Amino acid sequence: MSANPDTNSVPPHQFTYVLRLADTALVLGHRLSEWSSRAPTLEEDIALSNIALDHIGQARALYAHAAKLEGNGRNEDDLAFLRGAPQYLNVQLVERENGDFAVTMARQLFYSAFAAPHFSMLAKSCDAEVAGIAGKAAKECAYHLRHASEWVIRLGDGTEESRQRMQNAVDDLWMYTGELFEADAIDGAMITQGVGVDPGSVKPSWDATIDTVLAEALLAKPKSGWMSSGGKRGQHTEHLGHMLGQMQSLHRAYPGVTW
Amino acid sequence: MTEAKWPLYEVFLRPRNGLAHKHVGSLHATDDEMALQNARDLYTRRGDVDSIWVVPSRAIVASDPADKDILLEPSSAERKPYRHPTFYDIPDEVGHM
Repeated sequence: MSANPDTNSVPPHQFTYVLRLADTALVLGHRLSEWSSRAPTLEEDIALSNIALDHIGQARALYAHAAKLEGNGRNEDDLAFLRGAPQYLNVQLVERENGDFAVTMARQLFYSAFAAPHFSMLAKSCDAEVAGIAGKAAKECAYHLRHASEWVIRLGDGTEESRQRMQNAVDDLWMYTGELFEADAIDGAMITQGVGVDPGSVKPSWDATIDTVLAEALLAKPKSGWMSSGGKRGQHTEHLGHMLGQMQSLHRAYPGVTW
Repeated sequence: MTEAKWPLYEVFLRPRNGLAHKHVGSLHATDDEMALQNARDLYTRRGDVDSIWVVPSRAIVASDPADKDILLEPSSAERKPYRHPTFYDIPDEVGHM
């Protein structure tokens, strides 16, 4: 899928669609990188850094593609480091702070249980670039899901304190899971063109995964209540601005810096 | 992290082009499944790996270094050179063996 023959620019919807995927991957990758040197064990420190790098790798490929789709000279660094929170289009779930280890694992479980099947479906996108990136990301996310599930089960079915912390994490993050499955006009256009997939169609698979993991972890599934939303339109929780401030400080102080 | 709750495991990898699993190092994990995952995360980052084995370190029975003189020294090439197939004249036609 390349330039739309009816206009002299590429479809802006396609740029936005890819940018949302990129932002979500980068924000989650950066969050996980905050654990480097701080994880509970050396083994987990490396595991979390691996997962962070997987997401940042996905983000880089998606930003490079988005920059090409936009075609006005911005590169992947410009997209990552020179946009503020209102211009970021990631889902709110991934920007939430790491909290304790249970919060990080609940966030990863909720996201990966969505991302693995979502990327699997996107691997059939008619945008060959998106399809290629998604095919690779699907395998990575399937591993992240396994990693997070194992921890949620161990902590849920662990000590009284670990069970309580894990349940709190699941309860606190639950209201950010609804946005994963929302589709707006941009999604609609991309679904129609065969570039994108309907995130809502991932819901049954996500529910099945979450039900299985929570049951095995002896944790209660939260009742479906009010869901927060807006990340994909640039409306964010208070956590994102602080994160971007730190993530972008070097690039903003030394524009174009390399090492 | 206590040894009782996070026992030590030894990690063996079979490279994609290799025949046998080779010892590459060790790690801590709370149980077998986590040991396998940790092995994947710690030891397969740069490699073409076909298979992973993890073994609880306590399951390994090792020879005592102090026994080396009695156990291993008598079989050394220096002491029992006739155990090594180095006394045959190999015809040139056989080529590299």
